[in-house]
Amino acid sequence: MDLGTEYLGLKLANPLVPSASPLSRDLDSARRLEDAGASALVMYSLFEEELLQEQHQIERFLHHQDIGHAEADSFLPLPDRYQSGLDAYLGQLTALKNALDIPVIASLNGVSTDGWVEQGRELAGAGADALELNVYYVAADPDETGAAVEDRYVDLLRQLRSAVDIPITVKLSSQFSAVGHLVKRLHGAGANGVALFNRFYQPDIDLETLQVVPRLQLSNSHEVLLRMRWIAILHGRVGVSLAATGGVHTDEDAIKLLLAGADVVHLCSALLTHGAARLTTILDGITQWLELHEYDSVRQMKGSISHRHAPDPAAFERANYLQVLDSYAAPGGVRR
Amino acid sequence: MGKPATVTIDGNEAAARIAHRVSEVCAIYPITPASPMGEWADAWSAAGQANLWGTVPHIVEMQSEGGAAGAIHGALQAGALTTTFTASQGLLLMIPNMYKIAGELNPCVFHVAARSLAVQALSIFGDHSDVMATRGTGFALLASGSVQEATDLALIAHAATLEGRIPVVHFFDGFRTSHEVAKIVPVDDDTVRALVDDQRVHEYRARALSPEHPQLRGSSQNPDVYFQGRERVNPYYTAFPALVQATMDRFAALTGRAYRLFDYVGAEDADRVVVLMGSGAEAAHETVEHLNAHGERVGVLKVRLYRPFDPRALLAALPATVERIAVLDRTKEPGSDGEPLYKNVLTAVAQDAAGGESRFPRMPRVVGGRYGLSSKEFNPAMIKGVFDMLAADAPRNDFTVGIVDDVSHTSLDWDPAFRTDAHEGLFQAVFYGLGSDGTVSANKNSIKIIGEGTDLHAQGYFVYDSKKSGAVTVSHLRFGPRPIRSSYLIGDGDARFVACHQTVFLERYDMLDKAAPGAVFLLNSPAPPEQVWSTLPRHMQEQILDKGIEFYTIDAYRVAQDSGMGKRINTIMQTCFFAISGILPRDEAIAAIKQAVEKTYGRKGKRIVEFNFRAIDQTLANLHRVQIPDAATSHIEKRPPVPADAPAFVRRFTGELIAGRGDAIPVSLMPADGSFPLGTAAFEKRNLALEIPVWDEHLCTQCGKCAFVCPHGVIRSKLFPAELAADAPPTFKHVPALGKDYPQGMHMSYQVAPEDCTGCSLCVDICPIRDKSNVSHKALNMAPQPPLRDQERNNWAFFLGLPEYDRRQAKETTLKGSMLLQPLFEFSGACEGCGETPYIKLASQLFGDRMLVANATGCSSIYGGNLPTTPWTANAEGRGPAWSNSLFEDNAEFGFGMRIAVDKQAEYARELLTRLRDAVGTELADAILGADEGGEAGIHEQRLRVDALRAKLAAMDTPEARALTALAENLCRKSVWIVGGDGWAYDIGFGGLDHVLASGRNVNVLVLDTEVYSNTGGQTSKATPRGAVAKFSAGGKPTAKKDLARIAMTYENVYVAHVAYGAKDVQTLRTFLDAESYDGPSLIIAYAPCIAHGYELAHNHVQQQLAVQSGHWPLFRYDPRRAQQGKNPLHLDSKAPAVPYREFIRNETRFNMLWRSHPDAAEHFLEQSQAEVRERFHRYEQLAQLAWENDDNTAGAPPASED
Repeated sequence: MDLGTEYLGLKLANPLVPSASPLSRDLDSARRLEDAGASALVMYSLFEEELLQEQHQIERFLHHQDIGHAEADSFLPLPDRYQSGLDAYLGQLTALKNALDIPVIASLNGVSTDGWVEQGRELAGAGADALELNVYYVAADPDETGAAVEDRYVDLLRQLRSAVDIPITVKLSSQFSAVGHLVKRLHGAGANGVALFNRFYQPDIDLETLQVVPRLQLSNSHEVLLRMRWIAILHGRVGVSLAATGGVHTDEDAIKLLLAGADVVHLCSALLTHGAARLTTILDGITQWLELHEYDSVRQMKGSISHRHAPDPAAFERANYLQVLDSYAAPGGVRR
Repeated sequence: MGKPATVTIDGNEAAARIAHRVSEVCAIYPITPASPMGEWADAWSAAGQANLWGTVPHIVEMQSEGGAAGAIHGALQAGALTTTFTASQGLLLMIPNMYKIAGELNPCVFHVAARSLAVQALSIFGDHSDVMATRGTGFALLASGSVQEATDLALIAHAATLEGRIPVVHFFDGFRTSHEVAKIVPVDDDTVRALVDDQRVHEYRARALSPEHPQLRGSSQNPDVYFQGRERVNPYYTAFPALVQATMDRFAALTGRAYRLFDYVGAEDADRVVVLMGSGAEAAHETVEHLNAHGERVGVLKVRLYRPFDPRALLAALPATVERIAVLDRTKEPGSDGEPLYKNVLTAVAQDAAGGESRFPRMPRVVGGRYGLSSKEFNPAMIKGVFDMLAADAPRNDFTVGIVDDVSHTSLDWDPAFRTDAHEGLFQAVFYGLGSDGTVSANKNSIKIIGEGTDLHAQGYFVYDSKKSGAVTVSHLRFGPRPIRSSYLIGDGDARFVACHQTVFLERYDMLDKAAPGAVFLLNSPAPPEQVWSTLPRHMQEQILDKGIEFYTIDAYRVAQDSGMGKRINTIMQTCFFAISGILPRDEAIAAIKQAVEKTYGRKGKRIVEFNFRAIDQTLANLHRVQIPDAATSHIEKRPPVPADAPAFVRRFTGELIAGRGDAIPVSLMPADGSFPLGTAAFEKRNLALEIPVWDEHLCTQCGKCAFVCPHGVIRSKLFPAELAADAPPTFKHVPALGKDYPQGMHMSYQVAPEDCTGCSLCVDICPIRDKSNVSHKALNMAPQPPLRDQERNNWAFFLGLPEYDRRQAKETTLKGSMLLQPLFEFSGACEGCGETPYIKLASQLFGDRMLVANATGCSSIYGGNLPTTPWTANAEGRGPAWSNSLFEDNAEFGFGMRIAVDKQAEYARELLTRLRDAVGTELADAILGADEGGEAGIHEQRLRVDALRAKLAAMDTPEARALTALAENLCRKSVWIVGGDGWAYDIGFGGLDHVLASGRNVNVLVLDTEVYSNTGGQTSKATPRGAVAKFSAGGKPTAKKDLARIAMTYENVYVAHVAYGAKDVQTLRTFLDAESYDGPSLIIAYAPCIAHGYELAHNHVQQQLAVQSGHWPLFRYDPRRAQQGKNPLHLDSKAPAVPYREFIRNETRFNMLWRSHPDAAEHFLEQSQAEVRERFHRYEQLAQLAWENDDNTAGAPPASED
């Protein structure tokens, strides 16, 4: 069975690519993913805030320790050499490149236009096969327009594009009024692919302390459907590679996404929960499904039920929404 | 030969650069102002920098200077090239070993940043009292007078000691030279190699003790030979001066910089000469050149090698024409007929006169005087005053210069307006900044830029005040084409550039006094350029008009904010300086500033570099020249330093010090024995806070936590009859008291001292009460101070006027009740959010009216007792803590001495009272003798009885009655507190502490454990936790924190506790009450967050909680009284570690930096620490669970309780 696919111009052995997760922090677990069949690896994200916070911390607590007291103009030794978050990331990228045969995609996560160009250049220089740009921006200002938010993404991408030659994919949030149009704009600005969709880590309220706290919840398979719809809508219409990310836990999830038109399917929660072996299971499942349904290759199935190719394209649009609502029945015993 | 490369560094670094290159072992201990030498050496070794022979010197921090000296002695015996760095009392602690080291002819160099000794007061500043105290040790004493000399003579010292086997104290003036930044020519490796003879090194090693060729050294000798042995070393001392001179000559041949044992500068036919050593000789050099250029015939003799003293070299250096010599000593030897250098010079001259062929036609008249103690200003005007005195008919002996001595009338007059020609062509600038706003570091950087970017000579000196929060810094910068010898401050009317980086200084300091005619004044102000003129006090406006000053302004905080710099204005103000001063072409200067920023932050701080660049670029657009009107229009007058109604001493003395006019205080105003009144910090009103807490009286549950945690004693609660608030100011807040503990009709007020608050926000952080409809609103909320200042000042005054709540009625075992007690420790100058002061304040509330405090030197002695003011205060009855600081190393013994003195006097008083029982009345006498002073009521009753006793004794004119009157106060309970930091308790003072704990005496020891030497700048102590980065532990401390509590528990009669007030306040409160009530030694080890931990102290409560929850700081109380009752004495107050140790340490730079600098070590240490905290808790748990005969609650019971 030919499981090969092409993503961002990279020829991959199969469509299963572990997405940004802690699994890439450790060489052993990365090797296990490769052994389990991963066709490429997206590294854990290099967070803009982390780098900035680190720089601020070093500035504040090491470079500016003076309090104006005659007996002490500093309290902590200023190290001659230290490893910054970026150094650690580049080091891990190099180590992964040395340890693995599959392509390694570096991931940049941030919101501002500052700094990324340089970091993108460093990642490319360290051997990244591609860059995933994860623009995690919450448009919390009610005066900011959707167009302005989109411009922010496009500008950022354009700057990065001018700095690096390697492929770039943009990981997007689903919360855009016109996802398709934005993807086309990104293509115009130099994106080689998009990954749909980012999952926002939601803030939560601690009911005891009444504090707002960050909450990380792993995905579940229900989330696949949103991805599937938009992959299907965009397949073949926007000129970029499509990656599906968020909620892929089973071979069925992956198959649906491929049928909808995904070039690759990212895995994260499933691997964190079940380990690298889950990737093999899913890959086996895909193979079996293809065999059972007499497909020759993944290429053959890819996008076969996309918006362009679906027997009823409208099903991916609003009618589908109505169906879902209609299909919802209250559980027994609930008075309505 | 091309132009030599230069570096711009301070004297400490200059000396350390040599010491590190020619040493194998440095045994050190931190002490101001010498600490940076050890820190440099440690940093270089940590970075793998090798010495001259290619091996990295081994730097060891010892537990005291005494320990360092012992280690040095041992290292010398075993043949390693060894050095150390110290000062002041530290050098004194080395004296015993110095005799040994010199006695055995061990070559080594002690580099000393010479500092005053603690006498009537401690002083960290510079003079020669310390080195003079080592005169008898047999060490050679070699003096440097400038930063250049500090590096040159350091090398000459090391080379000479190897040649001549006499150990050397190489010293230079603390602060004036140790901390002066100057452009110098460094000594290159080739020169060092050429001067240090390897053959001598080999010979030294061959003399070392070794089992390969064993010897006995350090024998005990008897009357038969000891004396002869003492004389055996004479040839070495005789030879040494010539040998030093030869070394100097070799150095001169290599570098072109020539030195002599005694360097004479001045007229060849001088009639008057001053003799002195150290940095003052540079100012004298400058003065002599000026005076001779103006027709006088004077000279200065700079003493370089003071010991061994070579009178022939001295005499040879003096011109034969000299008729009068003034010898200036930077030390004081009370009771002597002259200071040491004076007596040496006088003896040399007298011996010369008596010896036949005299160098002089007529024996010169030699007088001696003192100058410059504790870095007292010593400038050309004063030196001219000395020369003028020498020219008088009858020159004065035993004079002083630089002070006004209206007691012994020793002081010389001088003309403060006198200036030398050296000022011509010199660009002088002064900058007033806040300690934390980066002004000093920006100026150090500017000196480097100018020093390294031009041919100009450069000098920077920095003056600090005594506070740690809101400290003022004044930077004095000089640049000029000629060498700068001005080892004194920039004087009035001399500065061509005056910068004020904070508007709060406008109403405090006469900054423009320093401005020269036509100078530039730069002000950072939020006022728009067209309005900024009207914000100046009238006096400043007048000076601007009178002196024709150009006035520039910038809103640097706005530029900083807009460019992402937050509150950092240093680069912005630096850019302004270069833009206006024209000292470098503007573009060149800006490029240099940017280059310096890039060099500082590098690739890893790229975003910070971007923010800085943005700020620099925005600076010029926001820098405005102010149009100056024709006349002064301001109605603003400078604030008096203290209120007009302050006590007379505070107005005449304290206020003058606060205003920066302390130099003018005459001798007569100084207390002869170093005793000062309390409560003076209350007069300062520093107005540091941008925001202060505002009480929501309707939301508040009156728990008292805010007052408990306040490090500065600025938020207080008071309970009072409601009717007393009838005349309260309209905005004064008070509500009915909550809770059943207090009578009906009482009102509660929580009030903030708006002008004393530092804005640390810890009170708001700890406040547990939130508005149900808006959780961001608490019962305390921060709000901008300026609009509240006047209103709250009135409210605070009213609050203070309300009577204190009766101590007998306050439930002191509750937080709320204890916080009704008046703090007798208030408004300290400690850092904002200090983790130490809440403990001290608590003790002062609970026991302040009966406390004697022995305070170890360190942060707590500085914020507690550094003039001008003290936070220690008295109550309305005049009672309060009696506080004293002896030394760093002896504090436990010092407090112990207080205890035995009180006990002895109490015993004698009781004996007298027993003898006088009938005379004073048996009822009264028996009541006093049998009093129960266990509680506040009992203490109060006893005080009344003792008052009654005094009244009766007053009528009895007998020796015994008079004796009892003098001793009667000891019939009342007194509480002795021994307070200090971990450096004292764990390291330098541990031996004494151990002894005092073992003594069983009733003392209370409070260890403020910041886990590092905080006051001297973050050096490792034995309290430093494993894996923490600190100075001398750049790679993380490899060993575990010492468990002082467990050591103390082994005595079994010591009350021992661990507290962390931010984690469990009630446990802290109960511990203090328990400890004080225990009639025996108590040891409270208090977790004290510190800026040295590297996080914003506004989060210090969270970190305290994590320290406890992670097991880093288990809470417990070990009470020997429980054992006496047959119960297990150990009670755990915290639970087993439940939070990963990683979570505790990841928030603090001292730990998390290691993940970046030494990631593998960091993980390794973390693993060990994690295991250790579990293991330690387990051990404590086991101890707490041991069955005790009458204890139903230990065996099988839950190990930790929450109460």
